[in-house]
Amino acid sequence: MSAGMSKIVKTMSGVTFPFMVIFGLYVIIHGHLTPGGGFQGGAIVASACSMVLIAYGSVWTMKKVKEKHLSIFESLGALMFISLAFFGILLADGIFFDNFILSQTGFLFSGIGTGSGNINTAGVIPLMNIAVGLKVIAGLFAIVLVMAYATHKIKGGSKE
Amino acid sequence: MMDILGPHIPVPYIAVVGLIIIGLYAVMFKRNLIKMIIGITLIESGVNLFLITLSFREGSVAPIYTAETTPGTLMSLPVPQALTLTSIVIGVAVLALMLTLVIHIFRHYGTLDVRKIREDDN
Amino acid sequence: MNKRIIIGGLFLAVVAIFFVYGAFEMHDFGNPESTDMDQYIIDNTQSETGADNGVTAVVFDYRGFDTLGEATVLFTAVAGVIVLFRRLKK
Repeated sequence: MSAGMSKIVKTMSGVTFPFMVIFGLYVIIHGHLTPGGGFQGGAIVASACSMVLIAYGSVWTMKKVKEKHLSIFESLGALMFISLAFFGILLADGIFFDNFILSQTGFLFSGIGTGSGNINTAGVIPLMNIAVGLKVIAGLFAIVLVMAYATHKIKGGSKE
Repeated sequence: MMDILGPHIPVPYIAVVGLIIIGLYAVMFKRNLIKMIIGITLIESGVNLFLITLSFREGSVAPIYTAETTPGTLMSLPVPQALTLTSIVIGVAVLALMLTLVIHIFRHYGTLDVRKIREDDN
Repeated sequence: MNKRIIIGGLFLAVVAIFFVYGAFEMHDFGNPESTDMDQYIIDNTQSETGADNGVTAVVFDYRGFDTLGEATVLFTAVAGVIVLFRRLKK
């Protein structure tokens, strides 16, 4: 897996990569209206990135994306999730994990759904979907990248 | 559709039992480390199928409000589906750590056969 | 060698018989008992959380603490894999 594949595979994977990423982001954002959500959409985007990794080889991909940047993304997602949970204590009378955006009017996500597919509903749930989606994308792609880069240095049956 | 097979044979629970028994056989009787890991994954899939079977109601739809559902439609239970989601993610995390340790074992001993690793350690 | 296979096969047969007996004695497939909590969640999802998707409302609002634990498990697994492969890079 250290060298890439032929020219046709590289070109076609580069052409289909944006469509897969846009579909995965659509599933993450519309998590409160259609089946899906943070975990499912994050797995779709991580599969798209792994397809590019297999087509171009792990040496080329490790030069473009170091795993330090990926771990910064993942920590950002986890921090956003925890801080949304802690705001419930400050703004809503001391209840952990409260849906504090629903009780205020005029904010971005503060409506009540009626079954007709309006994105402007559901309080704090879309923000939590985005946070968990970031975490899953960065985590799964970091696991695949680190394993693929480390195994190209191992020769079979060597003892050290 | 399940009445063809007999009066009261619960087909999903028999599928769960089959998956768990095949996974247990692979863990106990095979010598390659990768085949044992595949057996553990099969047991995990059987348990997830069991959890999601408990949430079915006869003649129900998915628990999502669309433009066609009236208040009073029969919907299936949403809580076991949420627990299954958590269980799948935990299975992925455990599988990643198991595969990392197998890579380190192969690099140190040179073989993936469990009996040869145990003799080499004695 | 043969004794090991016979004892292992006997153990698997006993476990299989217990599981199949349990599968026949469970509730009917399609009629779960005690659905009071789930019926309350289905009836009051749109007015209390504002979401249309019942499963997402349960995962992030009614049972958000379990999702916090699951995010911690995922973070620990990724951190463990990256730490274990640090020496092979040099």
